[in-house]
Amino acid sequence: MPGSPTERAGAARRDWWPFALVAPLILFLAAGFLIPVLMMLSRGVTDHELASAWPETAQALRGWDGAGLPDETVVPILAAEIVGARKAGHLNLVANRLNYDRVGSRSLVYRTADALEGGAPARSFADLARIDPRWSEAGQWASMRQAAGPLTSFYLLASLDRRLSPQGAVERVEAEQAVFVDILLRTFKISAVVALLCALLGYPVAYLLATLPPRLANPLLILVLLPFWTSALVRTTAWVVLLQSEGVLNGFLIGAGLIEAPLPLIYNRLGVYIAMTHVLLPFLVLPLYGVMKGISPVEMRAASSLGAGPVAAFLKIYLPQTLPGLAAGMIIVFTLALGYYITPALVGGGADQMVSGSIAFYTNQTLNWGMAAALSLLLLLPLGLMLFAGRYLARTVPA
Amino acid sequence: MSLPPQTGTAFVEFAGVEKVYDGGAPAVAGLDLEIAEGEFVTLLGPSGSGKTTTLMMLAGFEAPSAGDIRLQGRSLAGKPPHRRNMGVVFQNYALFPHMNVERNVAFPLGVRGIRGAQAKAKVEEALALVDLDGLGARRPDQLSGGQRQRVALARALVFEPDIVLMDEPLGALDRQLRERLQVEIKRIQRRLGLTILYVTHDQAEALTLSDRIAVFAGGRLQQVGSPKAIYEHPRNAFVAGFVGENNGLRGIVTRRNGSSCEIRIAGDLVLQATPVGPLAPGDAVTATIRPEHVRLGPDLAAPCNLFSARVDDVAYHGDHSRVRALLPGGAAVTLRSEERIELGASEPLTIGWCAEACLAFADGAEPRP
Repeated sequence: MPGSPTERAGAARRDWWPFALVAPLILFLAAGFLIPVLMMLSRGVTDHELASAWPETAQALRGWDGAGLPDETVVPILAAEIVGARKAGHLNLVANRLNYDRVGSRSLVYRTADALEGGAPARSFADLARIDPRWSEAGQWASMRQAAGPLTSFYLLASLDRRLSPQGAVERVEAEQAVFVDILLRTFKISAVVALLCALLGYPVAYLLATLPPRLANPLLILVLLPFWTSALVRTTAWVVLLQSEGVLNGFLIGAGLIEAPLPLIYNRLGVYIAMTHVLLPFLVLPLYGVMKGISPVEMRAASSLGAGPVAAFLKIYLPQTLPGLAAGMIIVFTLALGYYITPALVGGGADQMVSGSIAFYTNQTLNWGMAAALSLLLLLPLGLMLFAGRYLARTVPA
Repeated sequence: MSLPPQTGTAFVEFAGVEKVYDGGAPAVAGLDLEIAEGEFVTLLGPSGSGKTTTLMMLAGFEAPSAGDIRLQGRSLAGKPPHRRNMGVVFQNYALFPHMNVERNVAFPLGVRGIRGAQAKAKVEEALALVDLDGLGARRPDQLSGGQRQRVALARALVFEPDIVLMDEPLGALDRQLRERLQVEIKRIQRRLGLTILYVTHDQAEALTLSDRIAVFAGGRLQQVGSPKAIYEHPRNAFVAGFVGENNGLRGIVTRRNGSSCEIRIAGDLVLQATPVGPLAPGDAVTATIRPEHVRLGPDLAAPCNLFSARVDDVAYHGDHSRVRALLPGGAAVTLRSEERIELGASEPLTIGWCAEACLAFADGAEPRP
């Protein structure tokens, strides 16, 4: 009887039981993955260096409308906090942060700190200008106000080669600094081409696997899975051995007299496409194989008996039913390719580096985690769109 | 034989057709069969008897290893399935899951270049024929098993094929639905004058539907004939046992005189039977007798065979009862009675049957599945 209270309590306990089983995994994922990722990503939209090293200056700058120079009362506050931050050892952080936006801000902060510690007065803008004339530039103060936090568009705009003018309008950065739009577009292009190549190469393979008798299909399936059992690094270096100028392929072609000079097969875009397509191919074949296995061969016989030739039967009956699997495989390959980093670094040239390389650079080399986080956010956005598109596609075309 | 096919005018003709897979025993061997236009022919047999292989060879999905299949006198050899203009209904419907009912039925029209209003009219007509009007927008997974099979039927009929091939089309349905669809298939076949080749392992279905039945066993055609001929005059013990129910009593021929013979069975009982084929004294035979031909009671009107037996079991079937009786020698005979049977186990009873209803076949002359 569902009505009895003890029965209901029992049912509630049973409902919770599966969750209790997966709770350790959920906690592990939250603690080891979700929370750190969110904390990292939040650095892309927040500014805390200035606010933590110079809290009262940050407070004062936030209250200013950004036109011209701020109220002069901010000068003694700033002077006191510059000296205080240097004593506490925090000056380095805020000097680096200001230097991201205005090159030279780092030396400005240190020179001012030196002068203030040497006893220079700092009660007015005129006092500061005597230490360094840059303190009288409105742009310097606007830059500091934009860095006062707590939220900032600075990193996201910088990731798109944009910045806020002192007047608060979005403008392009100088052409020689504009690199990220190119890198992002290149990343999407390489990923799209690799997904397409995987689809063209993988569809016939999946079809073969799904239609061959198991006696032949099983060994072939193992061959498809084989790349999974070697590390991406090993597979990529294998391509270096095969494709380099003195490599196996060029050696064979020259030895056979087909070409005179070695073909440039690696350390360029071609090498990136070849190596990434190879590494990612199983991710397309497996979901597609699964979908193709679910299509009854009798359907193809039925199509044939109803008058459809092999081509018409394939285009009208088989292909439409495999599209969800193809889309799933291509989305997986595309999203994995977006994050690729080792392969382009090893087999690509300077003009083939992808955005993950920049993220790694900011994370490991310059410790500019704000930029790393902002670039990651820009990568995540299309990922979300792809997943949404995939779900939509899966709904409209029944498997 | 209600519709005897005449040589030379056969609509479909199998001539010496054989199918061998990878050097194994032939799946179909020495098949000669003719189907007349407008005829409903059923291939009946247990699984593995070659009936589905025969159908698939006609549809073009399998090529004969030997022999020839002709449609209207022209050989079908080398003609791919999509050029044969045959409507095939498969056991598991084989509807296209990504298309709704309307597009499924319109599919054979589309590949023939029939589109637009003309196609729409034909689809509507076909759906009305199978009582599915108004369900055109449904997807196959939103239909019941019976509805799916109706869609498959409509799809196989809409392009006016030369012949309709049905491979156990009702096998996946429950009994009541199966019987209802049998009636409808027969009605549609009569109305449109369709030629149908139908495959089933259900002998009752074959008897209900067919103009002629071809009984298969072990890859060979055992007998072809009208349902009545197959049921009443089986040519061998396999057909006698497979079509309808039959009691089999094994024994030895002791005397043969013209159209009857005498057989001794276990317990030294002697019975009179009608021999099928050449039988001589000393031959091992199986005497068959259908349950409805076994009479019950002491007041039998001079039957040829009369035995006293003992009740083993009585089963109540509503409109009739079945009694399993044991003869003194231990052989079991099942009989069917329309009357109420008030007998308990081990009670004695008298059973008997006429020699005309008791057919004797030589043992080992035909395959046993």
